[in-house]
Amino acid sequence: MKLSYYPGCSLEGTARDYDQSVRAVCTKLDIELVEIADWNCCGASSAHMTDHETGMRLPIRNLLLAAKAGHDLLVPCAACFQRLKAADKALRADSRFWDIESYTPKFTILHVSSFLARPEMLAAIAAKVMKKLGGLPIACYYGCLSLRNPRITDARNWERPETLEGIISAVGAKPVAWSHRTECCSGSLTMARPDIAEKLVGDIVRAAARAGAQAMVTDCPMCQANVESRQATGDGAQEMPVFFATELIEAAMKGTYPVKQQKLHLVSSPVLTELFRDRTMTKEDSA
Amino acid sequence: MDNTCISPEERNEKFLGKLKTRNIDVQACFQCGRCSSGCPIGEFFDLNVMEVVRLAAYGQEDRLLQSHSIWLCAACETCATRCPNEIEIAGLMDVLRELALRRGIAPTEPRIPLFHRSFLGSIRSWGRVWEIGMIGDYKVRSGDLTGDMRLGLRMFMKGKLKLAPQAIKGKAEIKEIFSGKGKEYDR
Repeated sequence: MKLSYYPGCSLEGTARDYDQSVRAVCTKLDIELVEIADWNCCGASSAHMTDHETGMRLPIRNLLLAAKAGHDLLVPCAACFQRLKAADKALRADSRFWDIESYTPKFTILHVSSFLARPEMLAAIAAKVMKKLGGLPIACYYGCLSLRNPRITDARNWERPETLEGIISAVGAKPVAWSHRTECCSGSLTMARPDIAEKLVGDIVRAAARAGAQAMVTDCPMCQANVESRQATGDGAQEMPVFFATELIEAAMKGTYPVKQQKLHLVSSPVLTELFRDRTMTKEDSA
Repeated sequence: MDNTCISPEERNEKFLGKLKTRNIDVQACFQCGRCSSGCPIGEFFDLNVMEVVRLAAYGQEDRLLQSHSIWLCAACETCATRCPNEIEIAGLMDVLRELALRRGIAPTEPRIPLFHRSFLGSIRSWGRVWEIGMIGDYKVRSGDLTGDMRLGLRMFMKGKLKLAPQAIKGKAEIKEIFSGKGKEYDR
């Protein structure tokens, strides 16, 4: 299978390990990713929140590049996904408003977890697992932009999504039932109003801990960075590492979780390294 | 909200017309309150979400542009998702923020639009966001030089921040987008 790939800016910076794990998982699943040549930023929240024209024309440039390539378009970042979907809908409704003569490409824009949660993909993942995650209790955290609003995202179960639960079950972890799966972490405010971000993230992390989760998993790079960086530390607060879904899949498929990878996290919980310790040590010894 | 009477004569028809062109049907609101009760930032708002929608339906542009709520909205789309009348409330917030900036109304939450400005400045310069440059620019503009210093340093030490920016080839197209392409027909 061949897919076009739009990594987005975060995946070149704070979430570069997300990019690496998406690529690694796709390679294992025999999916060829063709990065959109010379892609630009989708504008994220900042563009559409303050400048409608710019917020549409930035993703439109990417869509036209993707339409030329023709394959379905894989997008790991929830914000990029939502912006590309919004622009795609606007173009299909009235492309000439945006100075484009005609726009009728056949490709589908895929957010990474809804793609990987297709039954045939889950089966392919499960078949390649070398080490299961031992029933590790994990809180699946979706945040906002891969789901909302459904008139843009075409998400099917926007209040009770199941894609991440399906993925982590396929690699042998245990999804916990909890309350804050689709609550906002206020990523777009985190720089300017860290106090608000700390409040929202605090609520989310406490809810995950209350449900017995030892870790969280997400498919949004903003959520991952925000929830790890804005959770309260010290004073008996439980630290909650936030993994990318593909990070867990890659670990289960390779049967190792390198210490180097764990060190990329701001929350230094050893929950995953411990799970893989025996295997990792034997592997390193034999190398 | 105070008890001031709002007269139909104060209605800003141009504003209502703009909402119409963007398919934001604020008149469809029957004040059920689902938007306000689901809003994750609601407790920090001065006008709650339903009040914003109602004031918009009354054409009260000026009152809305001076609120904190339009800046504190995180664009999570919970309100628009749960609205039984499918009012594009998050889109309404976008319109309000853009109007406030275009009209030069001093934002009640000055740091938030400064962040957006730094973010967009990075895209304008490189075609993609270069995180270190964007954060540095925001720090200088906002004067918040010490906030998150430790966090930034930790990110840096973990090698999570790209050290040097790289411009995309299509920089000229990005420049054209930022030069206001299409805006000649907008307000």
